[in-house]
Amino acid sequence: MLRDITLGQYYPSDSRVHHLDPRLKIILTLAYIVSLFFVKDYWGYVYCAVILGLVIHISRVPAKFVFKGIKALIVILIFTAVLNIFSYPDGTALAHVGLFTITIEGIQIAIKMCIRLILLVSGASILTLTTSPIQLTDAIERILNPFKKAGLPSHEIAMMMSIALRFIPTLMDETDKIIKAQQARGADFETGNLLQRAKSLIPILIPLFISAFRRADELAMAMEARCYGISTERTRMNELALGQEDFRAIGAAVLYGAIFVAVRLFL
Amino acid sequence: MYDMSIKVENLTHTYNSGTAFEKKAIDDLSFEIKDGDFVGLIGHTGSGKSTLIQHFNALLAPTSGKIYFNGEDINADKTKLKHFRTKIGLVFQYPEYQLFETTVFADVAFGPKNMGLSEEEIESRVKEALTIVGIDESVYESSPFELSGGQKRRAAIAGVLAMKPEVIILDEPTAGLDPKGRDEILNEIAKMHKILGITVILVSHSMEDVAKYVNRIIVMHNGKIKYSGTPEEIFGKAEELVEIGLDVPQITHVFKELKAQGIDVPDNIFTVDEAEKVLYDLLKQVEKC
Ligand SMILES: Nc1ncnc2c1ncn2[C@@H]1O[C@H](COP(=O)(O)OP(=O)(O)OP(=O)(O)O)[C@@H](O)[C@H]1O
Ligand SMILES: [Mg+2]
Repeated sequence: MLRDITLGQYYPSDSRVHHLDPRLKIILTLAYIVSLFFVKDYWGYVYCAVILGLVIHISRVPAKFVFKGIKALIVILIFTAVLNIFSYPDGTALAHVGLFTITIEGIQIAIKMCIRLILLVSGASILTLTTSPIQLTDAIERILNPFKKAGLPSHEIAMMMSIALRFIPTLMDETDKIIKAQQARGADFETGNLLQRAKSLIPILIPLFISAFRRADELAMAMEARCYGISTERTRMNELALGQEDFRAIGAAVLYGAIFVAVRLFL
Repeated sequence: MYDMSIKVENLTHTYNSGTAFEKKAIDDLSFEIKDGDFVGLIGHTGSGKSTLIQHFNALLAPTSGKIYFNGEDINADKTKLKHFRTKIGLVFQYPEYQLFETTVFADVAFGPKNMGLSEEEIESRVKEALTIVGIDESVYESSPFELSGGQKRRAAIAGVLAMKPEVIILDEPTAGLDPKGRDEILNEIAKMHKILGITVILVSHSMEDVAKYVNRIIVMHNGKIKYSGTPEEIFGKAEELVEIGLDVPQITHVFKELKAQGIDVPDNIFTVDEAEKVLYDLLKQVEKC
């Protein structure tokens, strides 16, 4: 049951997108998201959507997984749409609802905002679907490294992130196991009033905390036993280096941007 | 229904069905476990033992297939789940990680309390369960977290035992214990089987433990039942067991070797006690000649 929750939903596959340098992927995703904010008309969105579709196709992630992220967003989408529809009272009025006026401009803005949000979330999901959490944190550390001199503990941030990510599935497994063990002793989490239900969580939370602390302790010990923190300059097992595929991706991205700018300037 | 206790029909379980992580852990199993049996469930890591036993008390629902307890489908009625969970006690691997109460006594009482029993009944059951697993009255009021590893495990087993199940399933109850602790726990389990007459299902990696205590063995391999039978029948298939990553008890190897060297010994020896007797008789014969 707990396993159904997908966090940082990585979709393992062997595609060209998966093999790109994670740093590059993060930067290109950010660039794509920024570009969305410069789109003026529907054709611009069609262009962005087609490019995204192309990337999804190359990544070989089933579209279903990409749209899962949007499903979780449905409330925010509706909220954004409603808010925008009512916030342009000065346009061509279509209808009046109480104090508010619905205008054509309002509806258009609402549609554009929703498309933008959908593209934004899909773009970001492609990043997390094709990049494992470990690669992501690794890349974030690298990107933040230049700010180290300014006192930013980039390595520590990345290490904490990757440990947290590493332990999410473990703790979920553990929770699942403890829930089952208490259920086997007749524990009931589904019936009763709010207070009873809150109380029924005690037999889960106490063993869970104990085990989390035990694990944290063991991990800290194991890291220290391997001299973590002694040398300031850690070398790494997998050095990231841009390859041919990465340069191709950069080329494609530049082309995307160039067309974007050209259309905005000359049409 | 007559004297059968657990019956499994075409049981299949698939984890994460419909995702990239789909995994068929149990594949079309059918078998019966009779009332009063002491069953050993063996199989290499990942063969589906833990998945299987979680179906016996409805903690996992079958992807397809049925499980009957005394003729009743345990998944048919959601409101009866609790009833079946108390009839079929399940002790998980490393059960000491489920302890949470302030005292040993209160922790063992958790199960009986959930059953809605009276105070006196709870008290007598807790005492009985703790006595069977050999926990001394002097620690009833200590925190369960102050106990030693072996004691913690026993307290956790008592927590299931106090519900007076008709069947008790133990998932590798001796994992991580020293030899003495192992023997003690296993002897207590054998005692439960004998004194309380309950059906016991013991999941184990140790062929020695299985050979010593059980009267029936089920061998799992890749989610299927590979062999099922008495210890004699199963440990007679040494080569086949080795092939699927298992083994026969060490002592059986010794006797096979003796026989290969032309010494007249039986080759169905599975425990050290049996071996001792046979060798003793053999020596006596030699002396006589
Ligand atoms: N909660 C789960 N989600 C997904 N897959 C699982 C889950 N639990 C077990 N599996 C998989 O199902 C298969 C059977 O696992 P199971 O735990 O039943 O094996 P086992 O025989 O008990 O092994 P072991 O001897 O190591 O305890 C394994 O391949 C395992 O990876
Ligand atoms: Mg197991």
